[in-house]
Amino acid sequence: MSSASPAKPLPKLTRKDFTSDQEVRWCPGCGDYAILAAVQKLMPELGIPREKTVFVSGIGCSSRFPYYMNTYGFHTIHGRAPSIATGLKCANPDLTVWVVTGDGDGLSIGGNHLLHAIRRNVDLKMLLFNNRIYGLTKGQYSPTSEQGKTTKSTPMGSLERPINPLRFAIASEATFVARTYDTDLKHMGAVLEAAARHKGMAFVEILQNCVIFNDGAFDAHVDKKVRDDQLVYLEHGKPLIYGAQKNHGVRMKGFGLEFVSWAPGATPPDDLLVHDVHAAASYSYLLTELESPLAVGVFRAVQAPTYDALMNQQMAAARQKKGEGRLEDLYREGASLWTVGAQAGNGSGNGH
Amino acid sequence: MSTATTHALQEATRATVRFAGDSGDGMQVTGGQFTSTSAMIGNDVATFPDFPAEIRAPAGTLPGVSGFQIQFGSIDIHTPGDAPDVLVAMNPAALKVNLPDMQPGATIVVNENAFVPANLKKAAYATNPLEDGSLAKWRVVKLPLSDLTREALKDTGLDPAEVDRCKNFLALGVMFWLYDRPLEPTIEWVNTKFKKKPQYADANNRALRAGFNFADTTELFTSHYRVRPATHLPPGEYRQLSGNEAIALGLVTAAKKAGLGAFYGSYPITPASDILHHLSGLKHYGVKTFQAEDEIAAIGGAIGAAFAGELAITGTSGPGVCLKSEAIGLAIMTELPLVVVNVQRAGPSTGMPTKTEQADLLQALFGRNGESPVAVLAPATPAECFTLSIEAARLALTHRCPVFLLSDGYIANGAEPWRLPDPAQIAPIPVQFATEAAGFKPYVRDPETLGRLWALPGTPGLEHRLGGLEKWDGSGNISYDPDNHHHMVALRAEKVARMKVADAEVVGPQEGDLLLLGWGSTYGALLTAAEQVRKEDGAAVSVCQLRSLNPFPKNLGQVLGRFKKVIVPELNLGQLCLLVRARYLVDAESFAKVKGRPFQVGEVVSKIRETLAQASGRSS
Repeated sequence: MSSASPAKPLPKLTRKDFTSDQEVRWCPGCGDYAILAAVQKLMPELGIPREKTVFVSGIGCSSRFPYYMNTYGFHTIHGRAPSIATGLKCANPDLTVWVVTGDGDGLSIGGNHLLHAIRRNVDLKMLLFNNRIYGLTKGQYSPTSEQGKTTKSTPMGSLERPINPLRFAIASEATFVARTYDTDLKHMGAVLEAAARHKGMAFVEILQNCVIFNDGAFDAHVDKKVRDDQLVYLEHGKPLIYGAQKNHGVRMKGFGLEFVSWAPGATPPDDLLVHDVHAAASYSYLLTELESPLAVGVFRAVQAPTYDALMNQQMAAARQKKGEGRLEDLYREGASLWTVGAQAGNGSGNGH
Repeated sequence: MSTATTHALQEATRATVRFAGDSGDGMQVTGGQFTSTSAMIGNDVATFPDFPAEIRAPAGTLPGVSGFQIQFGSIDIHTPGDAPDVLVAMNPAALKVNLPDMQPGATIVVNENAFVPANLKKAAYATNPLEDGSLAKWRVVKLPLSDLTREALKDTGLDPAEVDRCKNFLALGVMFWLYDRPLEPTIEWVNTKFKKKPQYADANNRALRAGFNFADTTELFTSHYRVRPATHLPPGEYRQLSGNEAIALGLVTAAKKAGLGAFYGSYPITPASDILHHLSGLKHYGVKTFQAEDEIAAIGGAIGAAFAGELAITGTSGPGVCLKSEAIGLAIMTELPLVVVNVQRAGPSTGMPTKTEQADLLQALFGRNGESPVAVLAPATPAECFTLSIEAARLALTHRCPVFLLSDGYIANGAEPWRLPDPAQIAPIPVQFATEAAGFKPYVRDPETLGRLWALPGTPGLEHRLGGLEKWDGSGNISYDPDNHHHMVALRAEKVARMKVADAEVVGPQEGDLLLLGWGSTYGALLTAAEQVRKEDGAAVSVCQLRSLNPFPKNLGQVLGRFKKVIVPELNLGQLCLLVRARYLVDAESFAKVKGRPFQVGEVVSKIRETLAQASGRSS
C-alpha cells in the first residue's frame, strides 16, 4: 500500500501541528501530560510527515494518548495494541508506528503480544508508561507494583513479585531497550529520539507518576532533590559514574555489579564499567539490577532485520521467482487438471 | 482390457468405497488417489475423510482408525454416500470401527495378515472374526496384503518397515481393478512425489501394479464394475477442490478483484490450518500470511492491515472465534472490513477437533458483548466455499464491517470436481479510499451501503483516530450521547440488514407438503433425501439451503409459508430453527443430529417419511 511521497521539501512543522483538537482528559498533575508534551515536541524534529505517523494504543489511561496526537491513531482493545500495530506495519512498512501501552495493558493482559512483537523485532516504537498501578479502573495493584502493596484489591498487601519491564524486554531479545522518566523533559526527549531513530523494535519504559492512585511512586529516584545521587545515567562509550559530585561509579564484581566511591575531584578508578549499547544482552540484563541507584537511558541498541521488512522481502522474492500471480494461473497452480467435454476422459482405462 | 481370467465387467451408475486403517497406514493418501483418478476419468465424486485428532494413536487400536470414504458416479453425486459398497479394512480395529456402517451383502476387503492375536486383542476381538462366522452377512474378501507386498517388493532392497508401508498401494491397486480405473494418474503422482527418492517411487508403483494384477488374475471377485463418466458436468477444465482450498482461492480472487493486497492472520487450529498453508504459498499473488502468537493477535494483525487498506481476513475454528470475540467487536465499532472464517468443528471446548458440526451459528450471530451485528454466510459445498469467500469479502469491503464465513470440517476436507472459473466472469469489487481532505470526517458514510469513508494512514490531510469507544456519527469523535448511541446501534444493525443477498432458492416443487430448510454442508444429504422421497413416494418435498444466515434472504418468509411443514435439519440442537421460529413465527420443527458426523441420506429420508405420515394421520 505504500506509495512514494512527492520529492518536494517538507513544510517545517511545529509541535502545534501534532496537537489534535481533542481536549486532554487526564487528571491534573498526571505524568502523561509531560510525556505527551515530549512526544509532540519530538515529532517535528524527526522530519516524518504527520500522515505517515500512527499511534496505536490498548486500554488504560496511557492508551488515550492517540486521541491527542494530530496523526493517524488507533485506540484498540486491552492489551492487543502490539498485534494491531504489527498488522498495520506489515501492511504498510512506510508508516512510522508508535505503540503506547501501560504496565497493566502491556505486561498483564497483553504480555503475550508484547513478548512476540519484541522477539519478532517488528519496527515499532513501544512506549510503556509504568505507573505501577491500575489507574483507569481506580487503583488496583499492577504487575509492576511492589510486593506487599496495599490497594483496593489487596487490603492485606499484594502477594505478587513485580515484573521488571526492561528484563522482560531484554529476555525477549529486544533490539532497543531504554528507560526514562516523566519529570525530565530533556532526558525523555533524548531517549525518545533515540528510540524513534532505531530501526526495529524500540522498547522504552517511562516511569510515570499517577497522581491519584500511586503518587510519588518513583520519588525516591526521580525527585529533583535526590535525582543526582539516585539515578545512573547511561551514555554509550562513557563510564558508569553518578552522584552530585560525580564521585560514585559502577564496576564488575564476579558475575555482578558493585558500587565504588572516591574522593570528590579525584581520578575515578580505571576499572569502571564503560557503557556499551551494542554489548551482549547479558550485559544489558545485568544493568537492570541497578535499582538503587536506578539506571536510566539507553540500555541496549543493536541491529537486526525487522519482521515487517522480512515479510515484504519474502513477498518480493516470491514475485521475482514466480512472477506476479494472475488469477488465470491461480486455479491451476499445483492441481491435476482434466477436461470434460469433447475430449472427455475414457471410463475404461486400464493399468497395462 | 486384457484379462487373464474371465471376469464380467458390469455397468454401475455409482459406488461408495471406504478405506480404513491405522492413522499411519496412509488411508488419506489412498483415498485421495482413488478420488483424483475417479475425477480425472470423468466421474462426479464426493469425499469424506474421517480421521482421529491423534497424529499417530497407538498402532492397531480402535481410536487410531482413520478412514476415507468416496462416492463416485456417472450421475450427479451430492454426498459421499451413506453405507459403503466396499470397505477396505487394513486391520481388525478398522474392521470393528466400520462394521456398523456396512449393509448386509456389502463387500469387505480385509488384510488377513493383520488378523493376528496381538491385533485382535487391541481391537477387543475375543475370537478372529474372519474365522468365527460373525461376518456371514457380508461378502468378505481375504487378501494377504502384507505377504503380497513383501513378495512384490522382495528385491527392492528396502527394509521390512519400508516395504510394509507400501501395502496401502497394493490395496489401492486392487480397488482400481475392481472399479476399472487406470493406474497412470497415480503412477505419475508417485513419480512426482518421490522424485528425489526413486526407490520409493518404484516400490509404491510396484505395489500398485501388483494389487491390480493380483485382482485381475485371481478369483477374488466374481466381477468388476465400470462407472462411466458423468454426463451432467458442464464442459470445461476441471480439478479437485476441497473446501479449505476453495476458501484460499476465493479470498485471493476477491483481493485481486478489489485491487487490494490480502492479509491473512491466523493461529494453527484444526480443521482450519490448511487455509493458512495454502495462502502462505501464494505470496506472489499479493497475500501476506501472519501466523500469530494466538487467536487474538491473529485477528489483531488483520484489523491493523484493514486499517492500512488491505483485504483483512482471519481464519480459525470455533474455539478460536471465542478468543476473537472482543476484536470482532472492535472491527464492528471501527467499521473496518474484515472476513472471519470459522471452519466449525464439534464442541464445546476442545470437543472433537477432527469431527464436523454446525453448532457455531448462534456464536457467530450473537457471541459478543453489546449489540454487535455481523453478516454470516455459509457455503453448502466445497465449491461454494470459493464463491461465498468472494461474496464475504465483497460485503465486508462494501459495507465496511466484519463478515463471517461458516464452513465446517466436512466440506473443509471433502472434495469435489470443480470447473475452473473464468476470472473475467467474476465481478470486480469496487473499493474507493478517501483522498479529499476538505471537510473530511471519518464516519461520513455512503447513504446506500452505510459504509463509512476508508481513509488510509499515509494519506495527507486525513489524519484521524479510530477506537473502540462509541463514535459520533459523521465526525467519528468519541461520544457518550444517549441518542447518538441508540442511533449508532441501529445503524450498525441496518448496515447488515440492507445487504443485498441472493433470494432463497427452493430445489423441488415451489410449494407443497414439506420443506427441508438447511444451511451449510448438509445440502448434499438433504437434496438427495428429498429427491428420493419425491421419486419413491411422490410427495412434494423440497429443499431450501440458506447461504446467508444474516441477513436472511428477503423472500424467506414467503418461501416458508408455501409449505405445509418445515423441518430444519442441523448438526446442532436447533439453532437455525430457533432463529426462523422467532423471526417468521413459523411452526418449524428441528431435526437435530450432533454426533460429529454429517447427515446420512437414509436418516433424513426416514425423518421426512415419519413427518409426512404424522401429517397425513392428523388430516385423515
